[in-house]
Amino acid sequence: MSASARPPADAGSRSAAHAPAAVMGTPGPDGRFGEYGGRFVPESLVPACMELEEAFAAAWADASFRTQLASVLRDYGGRPTPVTQCARLSEELGVRLLLKREDLVHGGSHKLNNVLGQALLTVRMGKERLVAETGAGQHGVATATAAALLGLECTVYMGELDTERQELNVFRMELLGAEVRPVSSGSRTLKDAVNEALRDWVATVDRTHYCLGSVMGPHPFPYMVRELQRVVGDEARAQCQALLGGADPDVVVACVGGGSNAAGTFAGFADSGARLVGVEAAGGAAVSDGITGVLHGMKSLLLQDEEGQILEAESISAGLDYPGIGPEHAWLAASGRAQYDKATDEEVLAAFRLLARTEGILPALEPAHALAWVVREAGRSIPKGSTVLVTLSGRGDKDVAQVRELLASGDSER
Amino acid sequence: MIALEPWLRERCRAGRKLLVPYLMGGMGEDWVEALQAVAAAGADAVEVGIPFSDPMMDGPVIQQAGVHALDRGATPARVVGALASAELGVPVAVMTYYNVVFRAGHRRMAQSLRAAGVGAAIVPDIPLEELEPWAAEADAAEVATVLLVAPSTPEPRVARICARSRGFVYAVARMGVTGERESLGNETTEVVRRIRAVTDAPVCVGVGVSTPSQARAVCEVADGVVVGSALVRRLLEGGGPDAAGEFVGQLRAALDAG
Repeated sequence: MSASARPPADAGSRSAAHAPAAVMGTPGPDGRFGEYGGRFVPESLVPACMELEEAFAAAWADASFRTQLASVLRDYGGRPTPVTQCARLSEELGVRLLLKREDLVHGGSHKLNNVLGQALLTVRMGKERLVAETGAGQHGVATATAAALLGLECTVYMGELDTERQELNVFRMELLGAEVRPVSSGSRTLKDAVNEALRDWVATVDRTHYCLGSVMGPHPFPYMVRELQRVVGDEARAQCQALLGGADPDVVVACVGGGSNAAGTFAGFADSGARLVGVEAAGGAAVSDGITGVLHGMKSLLLQDEEGQILEAESISAGLDYPGIGPEHAWLAASGRAQYDKATDEEVLAAFRLLARTEGILPALEPAHALAWVVREAGRSIPKGSTVLVTLSGRGDKDVAQVRELLASGDSER
Repeated sequence: MIALEPWLRERCRAGRKLLVPYLMGGMGEDWVEALQAVAAAGADAVEVGIPFSDPMMDGPVIQQAGVHALDRGATPARVVGALASAELGVPVAVMTYYNVVFRAGHRRMAQSLRAAGVGAAIVPDIPLEELEPWAAEADAAEVATVLLVAPSTPEPRVARICARSRGFVYAVARMGVTGERESLGNETTEVVRRIRAVTDAPVCVGVGVSTPSQARAVCEVADGVVVGSALVRRLLEGGGPDAAGEFVGQLRAALDAG
């Protein structure tokens, strides 16, 4: 069945002037994925983006850098993470469910993969400070972790609303030596934290690297973060082949806010026959409900009004409350290589409980969106008997208090 | 419509230092009156913000003005429409972010500015590499696209930016976002010097210029100044058109005394 969503072999040449050479290959110097991507930043930041592009290209081509990163990911981060076969849940759903266990990475999410790469790059560039934005707090915690490991200063911008929703993560970051600056502008969530981090970076670019947490922002961030996350997909591909007698899964599913765990996962399967599915929060579904625009340095699909004012995304998961999507995802959607769907808060809560009860795993609310989609589609757009890989991008410990409140209020409404 | 560049060049030739105050379109009920007061108090051109929800290059003061404007229902059409009938007597440049332009459509935005008598536009998040789709339409509508040069801009790029800039060249005084600063350093002088080396277009310095004495100091090397946050703060504090005009008058006097 997996052939249904496959692009024609020449999908990459659909708009030859702009398209990357291969699906999920290296974008050109303009940083485009089809019409999406680019580098829409004030002149003050253009040279910094160019410097970063060069530094990353050199590091990524340098075997010693790759070896250094692989060692840290292994000895400190705990990679490779396993692929877990879910016997009980598979039986309940009628599909063979595999989980790529990024919840087992040090710190509890896939975010560390990207952050360790960028922190090592920061040292290589001779800079001494990291700034980062965070939504749920996972990327902030990961950045603070890497900063502590490498002796870098660290400032994390977090929407005021998110600091309230995720106060334990604020405390975690502080324990790790980072300064957390609550952002009270705009909608006081992730998008505003990105604005503040960019503003900090403009003023401090000489000694500061902006450790962006997702496959978004100006070139080279979407490409760089995808490359740093592709370890998820590359490992999973090999692990699936070992489990499946050399075959790939029929369907590969990941949740999408900005889209870093999905990009990393899809990168490993882009040239396979697998159907690739990204799942957004229903209240922040940029592919379904967005239109093309420019925000945070990139051209992509954005939730916005008629005048181009950016709208607030809203879901139970702070990590997915972003009104846009990484530009490569916008292109994967346009080209048909991946499809994007959404899951509602109710479906997500149900999936969260289902995985806990049947497999003894508490997922973060973000990947619970991917699970919710599989639960809904099993036996529908996913034929019974299919093999489905879901990237479990983080663990749910951070969300337990919130889930308890949501379930209590849901019970009282009933 | 008053075309920006010949107007500014003429004044430079006459030995006058250029004063370009900024305020946010729609930021208060009397913003047009404030703009008129500013123009009458000695501005050589005015810069008017069209509010955007996510102003990456702006500090807290202009962010707050943008929030006020959006809360009051400001839209690009309303701001530009008000400018059409403002009768300021000096050239007008709008400043906004690319998504506002992109959403409206390059041609539609350029033509609406032209129709309203707005002779220039500053869109700081369109870098040189991405400029053409907008700049081609702006050129066709005779709307000058003013480009920014930053302290971090490397040498060959300075020349390319200056060659493509229309109206004047906007020299960014400091690395960072808009907002008042206690002092401006060597990097301001340096960026102006590097621009002067490659163009004879007027050079105006903005981002951080806050006081009459700073304006005068900057104009020892530059042709003029853009003053935004210091003016907008006075309006946010309830100063109204009179206070705005008075402050611009002080800036004018300092430049003329220099």
